[in-house]
Amino acid sequence: MANQNPSSIAYWRALTAGLWRENPTFRLLIGMCPPLAVTTAVKPALTMGLSVIFVLVCSNLAVSAMRNLLKPHLRIIMFTLSIATFVTIADLYLRAFQPEMSEVLGPYVPLIIVNCIIIFRAEVCASKANVLISILDGISFGTGFTIALCILAGIREILATGQFFGISVMPTAFVPCAAMQMPVGAFVTLGLLLGLTNLLTAKKAG
Amino acid sequence: MDRMYVLIMGFLSVVIVNNFVFTKFLGTCPYLGVSGRLDTAFGMGLAVTFVTALSGTLTWLVDYYILVRLGLEITRYICYIIVIAGAVQLVEMYVRKFWPPLYKSFGIFLPLISTNCVILGLCLFINIWGTDNLLEVTVLSTGAGIGFTVAICIMAAIRENMVMADVPECLKGAPITLITAGLLTLAFMGFAGMIK
Repeated sequence: MANQNPSSIAYWRALTAGLWRENPTFRLLIGMCPPLAVTTAVKPALTMGLSVIFVLVCSNLAVSAMRNLLKPHLRIIMFTLSIATFVTIADLYLRAFQPEMSEVLGPYVPLIIVNCIIIFRAEVCASKANVLISILDGISFGTGFTIALCILAGIREILATGQFFGISVMPTAFVPCAAMQMPVGAFVTLGLLLGLTNLLTAKKAG
Repeated sequence: MDRMYVLIMGFLSVVIVNNFVFTKFLGTCPYLGVSGRLDTAFGMGLAVTFVTALSGTLTWLVDYYILVRLGLEITRYICYIIVIAGAVQLVEMYVRKFWPPLYKSFGIFLPLISTNCVILGLCLFINIWGTDNLLEVTVLSTGAGIGFTVAICIMAAIRENMVMADVPECLKGAPITLITAGLLTLAFMGFAGMIK
C-alpha cells in the first residue's frame, strides 16, 4: 500500500465508512423510523433501501456541487430543498413503475426527506468534500442502511410468516409468530440486534 | 353534537390508539435520544406539540387553498418542508429568548425538530386521511403532538427508574430502550379495540 497516495485512501475510507464502522442504523442510531416501519417484509425494505441510496447519492452530489456558494445560515434549507426534490422524483417513479410497493410504503417514501441520515451526510461530508468523495460516501451509507433494513426485515419476515422474499423457507411444523409483524416485533428485534452489535464490537475491542 | 363526537373520537384515536410513536414509528429519534430525563422529555414534547399544531394546520391550509386550486400537488413535499422549517425557526427563536435553560438542555435536538418525522408524517397523514375541515385538522395536529408528549414522558419516567436496574452490559443504552419501547407498544395495543 506504500505507493497509494493519500487521496485514494480517502476515497477508500469514504466507500467503506457506512458499511460497518459507521453503519447508520447499528452504530450511529440515526434515521431509526424506516428500519422500524417498513421492515415487515424484505421486499418493501429493499425498495426503501434503494430509494434511500438514490436520494442520498443525488443529494450528496447536488450539495457537494454547490458547497462553495452556500451561506452558512441558509445551508440547512438548501439541503432540505434539494433532498425534497429528489424524494419527489423517487416517489413519482415508484408510483408509476412499482404501484404495489408505493401502496405498501405509503407516506414513508416522502418521509425520506426528514431522514436524519441524509441531512447528516450533507452536513458532515457533502458540504465539505469534493463531488467524487460525496458520491462514494452516499453509496456507502445508503448501502449500509439497506443492509441493516434487509437484515431486520429478513428476521421479522421469517419469524412472522415463515417466508423469505415471499418464498417459504421454514419447515411446515413451524408456527408463525404474528407478533413479529406488529410494532412490538420491530422494537424488540432492533433492540436485540443492537445488543448483539454492542457485544461483537466490545469483543473486538477487548 | 355529532361533529363534537367525531372530534373527540379523532383526538382520542390519535393520542392513544393510533399514537404516532407506537403504531407509526414516527419521531423515534428524539424518542430514544431525549428520553433520559423527565423534565427535558416534557419540554421536548411541548415543543413538538406546538410545532405539530402550527405546521399541521398551516400545511393543510397551503395544500387546500393554494396547491390543489392551482394544480401544483407535485410540489407538495417541498412546500410542506418549507412551512415546517419556518415554524421550527419561530419556536427556536422563542425558546432561546424566553427559556434559556430549556434551550441549553435541548442541545442539538431543537433544530432537529424540523427533521423530526412526527411533523412531516402528520402533515402527510392528514393529507392521506383526506380531512377537509380546519377544526378537525387543528384537533388532530394538536392530538398528535400530545400523543408524542405522552409517549416520551412515559418512556423518560421508566428510564429514570431503570438507572438502578441491573441491565446486561451489551444491552445498556439504546438496546434496552428499544426493548422497553416494544413492551410499551404491546401495552398500548390494549387500547386498539376502543375506537373503531
